[in-house]
Amino acid sequence: MKVSSPQFKEKSVIALADPRLRQALGQSRKGFVNKRAELVGELPEFEQLRDEARDLKNHVLDNLDHYLERYEAAVTAAGGHVHWARDAEEARSIILNICQRVNAKTITKGKSMVSEEIGLNEALEAKGYTVVETDLGEYIIQLAHEPPSHIIAPAIHKTKEQVSELFETAHGGPRKSTVADLVTEARLVLRDKYFQADVGITGGNFLVAETGSSIIVTNEGNGDLTQTLAKVHIVTSGIERIVPTLEDVALFLRILARSATGQETETYTTLSTGPRRPDDVDGPEEYHVVLVDNGRSKMLGGKFQDMLRCIRCGACMNHCPVYGAIGGHAYGWVYPGPMGAVLTPLFVGLDATYDLPNACTLNGRCESVCPVRIPLPELLRELRHMQYQQGIRPPGEQRALGAWRFVAERPRLYQFANRLAARVLKGLGGRTGRIGSLPFASAWTDSRDMPAPEGKTFLELWQAKPR
Amino acid sequence: MPEARKAILGQIRSAIGRDALADAAAAALDARRPTHTRIAFEDALVERFIARFTSRSGTVERVASLLDVPAAVEAYRQQHGLPARAAIARPLAGLPWPADFAHHPGPAGKDEVLSVTACLAAIAEMGSLMLASGPDSPTTLNFVPDHHLIVLHETQIVRHFEDAWAILRACPGGMPRATNIVSGPSRTGDIELTIQLGAHGPRSVHVILVR
Repeated sequence: MKVSSPQFKEKSVIALADPRLRQALGQSRKGFVNKRAELVGELPEFEQLRDEARDLKNHVLDNLDHYLERYEAAVTAAGGHVHWARDAEEARSIILNICQRVNAKTITKGKSMVSEEIGLNEALEAKGYTVVETDLGEYIIQLAHEPPSHIIAPAIHKTKEQVSELFETAHGGPRKSTVADLVTEARLVLRDKYFQADVGITGGNFLVAETGSSIIVTNEGNGDLTQTLAKVHIVTSGIERIVPTLEDVALFLRILARSATGQETETYTTLSTGPRRPDDVDGPEEYHVVLVDNGRSKMLGGKFQDMLRCIRCGACMNHCPVYGAIGGHAYGWVYPGPMGAVLTPLFVGLDATYDLPNACTLNGRCESVCPVRIPLPELLRELRHMQYQQGIRPPGEQRALGAWRFVAERPRLYQFANRLAARVLKGLGGRTGRIGSLPFASAWTDSRDMPAPEGKTFLELWQAKPR
Repeated sequence: MPEARKAILGQIRSAIGRDALADAAAAALDARRPTHTRIAFEDALVERFIARFTSRSGTVERVASLLDVPAAVEAYRQQHGLPARAAIARPLAGLPWPADFAHHPGPAGKDEVLSVTACLAAIAEMGSLMLASGPDSPTTLNFVPDHHLIVLHETQIVRHFEDAWAILRACPGGMPRATNIVSGPSRTGDIELTIQLGAHGPRSVHVILVR
């Protein structure tokens, strides 16, 4: 997928001025946050489960080679095929080869962020395949020719009216206005596609080393129809999604839905183990798993290894005030919000993603809700540090910091400058004590007043204090 | 692509800072059977299952014996105005179905509206059903029809996921091809987070609970 992260600031400004986006984001996110809080409050074991999930993920990462090999052996024993892809290009070509070999025409897809990451739809469409996203949210944004704006609610930025418009154009009306009618319309349209499909592609929430099963956790049942009715089922998943045993799956099932949508459980959890068996009357004839590295193994053993614990629940973006204000598209690639602000620079490079780690107030809400306790603010700070070390912070900022350093290393000069600034700013504040416009700080003062200082520095007040 | 496999595993090992695990260490990992925290609850299994399953719009009806199932299905069918035909999983085909009731063992076709299946187990902790694919239990019966009726015996309800895994591991042919854990009717919140039932899978999942 194309990276538009360099336009982060422009896109944020546009997003902030879009009333329909404000409406869509405001409603939805409040729902996620409140429902999660309610469910977590009912579960005394929740914090303990988070600790265990963090420790389990660390254990898997410490032994990732072993569990991947065990998983591969188990898939093969069940009659499935495992393919390894170093990067997006390799993953696409593996999938294209399978589709070509089985002479596919229609390809249905369940929701998968890895599929977005490797730019699969564009590659398949370029080869002339009919690609149909079947998750309702993904279907909506496919019709709108947009990328997802949230990892579990891809069309969260769309209002009902916008969906009505899209469906009217795509399905040829009459225009539906209720959510129920819109869902029914999509249900009927997509039903035909499942039965037509030659290949069904899904993601994998978990890959179980013990049994060779891939697991999808969904609410709609579209992933199940996709993988059951197509002749060939292909799973795309990151190498870090391995869990050792079914017991470990149980641990994640207890925290995933609660963290993600604020549900006790999603409606469907399906374990897929190999292709159709000799006596089966349905199910895919071939079962393939594409294990995608695409930069993950390089994160192992380094400062960003913690990020590989991520189970893609979306809680961090649901609770992020920056995401809440600008939505997911401004982040400019596949993964938005706090997890995306960490992953995008690591996957696509620090240069093109300068703004992402900086668009964070370090308020820590993301870390406080992360089910696997990823220290997201710390990782974002580390990225800023790397940006500074590599000299890719903007020249203006580097000069300003250089000037500040020059002054800060000279205490007398520093105190003099401070006293001067405090007095000048007090003067600018006038009787109201508020500054409406400041040179070099218009980004702040354009949308709000800056409170003026009292006129004396802290040091002056401290020194004047009777002891 | 063998070279990709080798490169990825090599990169992982160099990042971790060791070679492939020695046999003893690998065997120790394979023998690992973790005991994670389970969700504690005091309610009886049947009550817990019913309370949790119905909290997500699943419905439950209790009958005295397996022989009461056809009458319960017939009543459900009439109540919902459905035609007198269904995909009925083979283990239930021998029940005394009404003479005019057309049924077949599956798979479910595009226009299937009603299916009746057995299940492998139910899990009380979150109120879920566990269904395993096989010649007698096609997966399409669980997802294609608008109405999915599931026959569950009270003794099939287990406490936690871990108890259900024990049943899975004991399956004669090893892990089933598809194991579906179903916790209610299909739903979506993808339009303005408004919950709407019947997104793609069954609009209604009705459990006939046999004492």
